[in-house]
Amino acid sequence: MQDDKAGGVMIRTVKSFLSKIPSVITGADIVQWLMKSLNIEDQGEAIHLGSLIAAQGYLFPISDHVLTLKDDGTFYRFQAPYFWPSNCWEPENTDYAIYLCKRTMQNKARLELADYEAENLARLQRAFARKWEFIFMQAEAQVKIDRKKDKTERKILDSQERAFWDVHRPVPGCVNTTEMDIRKCRRMKNPNKVKKSVYGVSEDSQTHSPVHSLASTTKQPAKDDLKKQITLLNIQLDRHCLKMSKVAESLVSYAEQYLEYDPLLTPQDPPNPWISDDSTFWDMEARFWVAAEDLKKRPLVEVPGKVQETWQEFLAPGAPSAINLDSHSYEITNQNVKDPGRYTFEDAQEHIYKLMKSDSYARFLRSNAYQELLQAKKKPENEQGRRTSLEKFTRSVGKSLTAKRLTGLMQSS
Amino acid sequence: MATEGLQENETVSSLRDEAETLKGKLEEERAKLHDVELHQVAERTEALGQFVMKTRRTLKGHGNKVLCMDWCRDKRRIVSSSQDGKVIVWDAFTTNKILTSSGDGTCALWDVESGQLLQSFHGHGADVLCLDLAPSETGHTFVSGGCDKKAMIWDMRSGQCIQSFETHESDINSVRYFPSGDAFASGSDDATCRLYDLRADREVAVYSKDSIIFGASSVDFSLSGRLLFAGYNDYTINVWDVLKGTRVSILFGHENRVSTLRVSPDGTAFCSGSWDHTLRIWA
Repeated sequence: MQDDKAGGVMIRTVKSFLSKIPSVITGADIVQWLMKSLNIEDQGEAIHLGSLIAAQGYLFPISDHVLTLKDDGTFYRFQAPYFWPSNCWEPENTDYAIYLCKRTMQNKARLELADYEAENLARLQRAFARKWEFIFMQAEAQVKIDRKKDKTERKILDSQERAFWDVHRPVPGCVNTTEMDIRKCRRMKNPNKVKKSVYGVSEDSQTHSPVHSLASTTKQPAKDDLKKQITLLNIQLDRHCLKMSKVAESLVSYAEQYLEYDPLLTPQDPPNPWISDDSTFWDMEARFWVAAEDLKKRPLVEVPGKVQETWQEFLAPGAPSAINLDSHSYEITNQNVKDPGRYTFEDAQEHIYKLMKSDSYARFLRSNAYQELLQAKKKPENEQGRRTSLEKFTRSVGKSLTAKRLTGLMQSS
Repeated sequence: MATEGLQENETVSSLRDEAETLKGKLEEERAKLHDVELHQVAERTEALGQFVMKTRRTLKGHGNKVLCMDWCRDKRRIVSSSQDGKVIVWDAFTTNKILTSSGDGTCALWDVESGQLLQSFHGHGADVLCLDLAPSETGHTFVSGGCDKKAMIWDMRSGQCIQSFETHESDINSVRYFPSGDAFASGSDDATCRLYDLRADREVAVYSKDSIIFGASSVDFSLSGRLLFAGYNDYTINVWDVLKGTRVSILFGHENRVSTLRVSPDGTAFCSGSWDHTLRIWA
């Protein structure tokens, strides 16, 4: 979590504006600084990063509750270290209530509550009905403290305080950046840590300011663990390892070898279905099925050749019409190919058939092409409709030979 | 007794010293074989051209953060889980065993039909966050990554740790094997992704940039292994040239953390899941 918060120390340039707006910088300046200091070439990237830094709570627009960065003359201010997220704040609703309450006590236009804040306040008043007097008193105390401060200082502090609450009680619809990954929550909750109140309100058993030490999550290695470690280290020392040059060579060669079969790097034929919206790439399965059926009818003398052809076309690593087989089926087929026969692809065929029946054929039945067919024919008899749809489906796969055979298959099932 | 206690302490500290000495020796030995960098060897490889990738599908429907997803091996459909429910993904065609990782620092191999624990793997010093099985069906190893910043290779039959890598500076959130099975990549809270080779027994590449300061939550390779897709907590996906070590593209679109990412079995696309409740398919 600490790594995420590293943004806090990044930006240093602060300009003081001549008029009465103290201690601000423009969005454009922030973007420029980010691009320069972090070697960012794309402005969009810098704006995105800057927006995240704002959303996390390290800087904020002085005139907006929504924490985002704009690449223009909009004014921003840095958050006070006291309010930084790296302090692991988890402010309670009592604090929030005190804050909203005190805002209503001060007659300044800039401190007026936004609609969602007014709603929040109303909700909190209902929830804390019994201890509202206490909250009210705390709010009054805070107002008194604030009044003693210098006017300019107050402007700055007020805005920083507001930005703090914009992080922890964000505008509805905005991302709450304080949400934690549940898998890591356990480590954040240090049982020794006392929940800190923003306004120093001591309630129940709360006493002093807490020590924000994140619980050490790595166990201290016990003797057994150390012995295991030593065994492993010795094994590693004895292991014969390859030189970097050899290893690098191997990785480079592998990637180069498979580059042409990588659909995300080399346009395939048929084209990538996700890009072209054409599922022919996946209809390879139908062609494979047909080829496997065809094999069963071949004279023995032609079988070994056909098996090789089919294997090369559909299954071998880097095959041009590679079909999608699960690894188990693939292994079986791989073995079968070594001793080729008419039923070499039987297992793969069964698998592919199941796949087509539930996947591509089912999709076809839902497709526009089939719907149009139903409309045009208006034949209520199911059987006739199905036969026609099967023909249309298999025709859509390509070869008429394929169509006839598949139709025959589907009908016989 | 007092003397026993003293002996205990001495043993522990002398063991720790021994471990440190061995670590030093190991580093020395490995350094001797470090004769070149991966990206130097990759200089001879043609650079990748203009890389364009877009969201092709957006799947909306979850009511809360999408936590993890996977492709069905035989159906090109996607199964995803969200924070408002529990989902267990089984692949009925390939295996009836599943491998799990746990917050108690262990990994376990279960037989799904009998509900029996087949093998338990101890060695991580903290929560295990991720794991991946070695690609070959005949393989019997897997890699795990944890909050102890270590990535470990395990033998499923013996339950022993065979190799260990500790170069990340924070939690390892995701590990994935390179398609050949000879290497694996990791994504970490330290904002870097790294490539480790099993034959060289060391880290061989680091994928990072000054502008990337948020943790990487999830990684996966393209079919050829040339590209590494990594989802980050800054809502983006960075695409890395695995060999040259450079970033090829940055993908925007998600409105909250990217929590999970997987390339489809036929390599035609990859899917990302996010805390913004949606899944996106990119190609």
